[in-house]
Amino acid sequence: MPFNQKPQKFNASINTVEIGCGDKAIKLGGESVFPFYTFDGPIDNAPKVGVEISDMGLEGATPEMLAYYGEGASFADMAKKAAAMEGADFVCLKLEGGDPNGEDKPIEDLLAVVKEVGEAIDTPLVVEGCKNVEKDSELLPKVAEALQGKNVLILSAREENYKAVGAAAGLAYSQKVGAESAVDINLAKQLNVVTTQLGVDAKSIVMNVGSAAVGYGYEYVVSTMDRIKGAALSQDDAMLQMPIITPVADEAWSVKEAMASEADMPEWGSQERRGVTMEIMTAAASLAAGSNAVLLKHPQSVKTIANMIKELV
Amino acid sequence: MALNGIQIFKMTPKKNCKECGCPTCMAFSMKVAQGAMDISACPHMSDDALASLSEATAPPMKTIKVGTGDAEYTLGGETVLFRHEKTFVSKTRYAVNVCTGMDDAMIDDVLEGAKKVDYERIGERMHVEMLNVNYHAESGADKYVATVKKAAELGKTLILGCKDVEVAKAALEVCKDAKPVLNGADASNYEAMSALATEAGVVLGVTGADINEIYDTVAALEKLGNKNLIIDAGVKSIKEAFATAVQVRRAAIKDEDRTFGYPSIVNVAALAPKDPYMQAALASLFTMKYGSIVIMSEMTYAEALPIYGLRQNVFTDPQKPMKVEPGIYPINGGDENSVCLTTVDFALTYYVVSGELERSGVPCNLCISDAGGLSVLTAWAAGKLSSGSISKFITEEVEPKIKSRKLVIPGKVAVLKGDLEAKLPGWEIIIAPREAVQLVKFLKDLTA
Repeated sequence: MPFNQKPQKFNASINTVEIGCGDKAIKLGGESVFPFYTFDGPIDNAPKVGVEISDMGLEGATPEMLAYYGEGASFADMAKKAAAMEGADFVCLKLEGGDPNGEDKPIEDLLAVVKEVGEAIDTPLVVEGCKNVEKDSELLPKVAEALQGKNVLILSAREENYKAVGAAAGLAYSQKVGAESAVDINLAKQLNVVTTQLGVDAKSIVMNVGSAAVGYGYEYVVSTMDRIKGAALSQDDAMLQMPIITPVADEAWSVKEAMASEADMPEWGSQERRGVTMEIMTAAASLAAGSNAVLLKHPQSVKTIANMIKELV
Repeated sequence: MALNGIQIFKMTPKKNCKECGCPTCMAFSMKVAQGAMDISACPHMSDDALASLSEATAPPMKTIKVGTGDAEYTLGGETVLFRHEKTFVSKTRYAVNVCTGMDDAMIDDVLEGAKKVDYERIGERMHVEMLNVNYHAESGADKYVATVKKAAELGKTLILGCKDVEVAKAALEVCKDAKPVLNGADASNYEAMSALATEAGVVLGVTGADINEIYDTVAALEKLGNKNLIIDAGVKSIKEAFATAVQVRRAAIKDEDRTFGYPSIVNVAALAPKDPYMQAALASLFTMKYGSIVIMSEMTYAEALPIYGLRQNVFTDPQKPMKVEPGIYPINGGDENSVCLTTVDFALTYYVVSGELERSGVPCNLCISDAGGLSVLTAWAAGKLSSGSISKFITEEVEPKIKSRKLVIPGKVAVLKGDLEAKLPGWEIIIAPREAVQLVKFLKDLTA
């Protein structure tokens, strides 16, 4: 008696959201099976890999990253190199220098970087704010305006500023809206509900449901994503069917395991390799839990994760 | 099919003798139905009833034990496909691969390397638990037995990756007492391999050309009476190994197909040879989705730190919070004169806070008191983090050891400041920001 395969077929599916324009445009989501369960049904749009660059240039970059981008690279150069990285599907520009608790760069300066990057590449673009809610409510609408017609994804609208960010990105300038919540299925759903009540099309929303580095409360990330995909597919919950994007690099590269120098931790070995492995393992786990896109920064991680996706889909 | 409590109750002696540890036969039956107790705990069941019940109430996935003593590990026994549905019970174990195709120096290197990673994280020892000893036919049986012997000296549980019955037999002679896994059965040799494994009293690993062949071979082995098995997801391709690992587990748990109710082995060393980065990605993937044993080429700290962290997270019981031991944790070389900060013993809080403190570069002492493993606000609401609990900990544990009299309390419990000042005379109570990410700037300003 052969094995009786019982595929889990769902009548619901994850929304398909397109980012970018022209030949290079990418589609996130669209599947009606669990992550990588190609034995249950087709996955037309494989998960995508985004490469992060920052308005802070190569500050804090590892030796291999410096070698890849070249010291003193302009933002346009960095964007081009990020887009050309082996395995890259899109580029993510982080405007972390805008943080009032950090560099507190003026919005005009940041917009200049946005425009430079936007003009340099035709690869799909994601722009991430500085994570300060007040500053982002001012900054991100202007980013959405500056990149009009490029169909970019704006990260992110949060509970505190979804009206300003969501309305500008999703309504006024027809970009895609990233809805960010903190590792909780109910918060994720609530934010989608209120954002769509503004008039933003549910199919223009991509969720960032929160992330962590593996080992740092990652079980909450796993269970949040498991439950969201479960509700989206098996209960046909339209307010949880948005594809998921997960910023991995930020978390992975800021934990002790990736930051401790070799001088401090001689037995741990190469710091660069530790950081890369932390990034790769966190990304692989996020994809296994249901991310439709991950944001990475190291060329080795981008290549490896893109390869893993290719092998699995 | 699973039976409910009432159906089981009908088959009990209904004597309420309490010998099973339950107050009544009804209570016992309910527990058996939930899978909390085994039917064999009742000494008065008739053999017939026992036989029919143990079949029907058997858990969907068998619990398989490998190794002995400190190196004994429990695999399988899962009841859910997603951790939030209940909890995962048997964590993934990692093995490092040696092959007799390697030269002797290389084999020594790999074995030496497998010892390197050994550390503790939140009360759990993290190290390579198993070694996979792969048989390379051209190098012959003698070298295999010699390598097995050498590997056995490490005291780790062995997996014998060997499909040759005679060679496996010779290898088992030197290591069977340590209960290795004999991973070598397939459609061509399962009868002989099963006899060998049964005689040696070890677990048998089964594989096949595809999932159907594996299924048929497992069914045939069960017919022979061998139910001490592990399923090897195969090494044909990453895609197939993943499909096999997931479908085997899902068939067992969701569809109650007991033929697939066994733990799994995934050999990522063979799926991505010579690519440590891809192996890292796959080790993570198969820790998430249903690898009971994952075999890798090497385990350096680069792989270990993230993979053991991931495993610790994924296999925590969602109903029991992860806790760190209460105590004083010096950070950035903090000493008795460094500022003290206090927070709860919830592991996630501890890790986020200690990470930010490390980033600040400021020497300090993180003082963790027992707060029931809850987050700051939850512990405060439950009365487990109060001015009383903090001041008691500070006077009993901190004051004798630390000279600094500056105490930083979480911003979310700023309300405790007044009470603490009253209860801790001589201490300056400082309120931290509400979010951990703001700690770096806060500490730098504080000590500027």
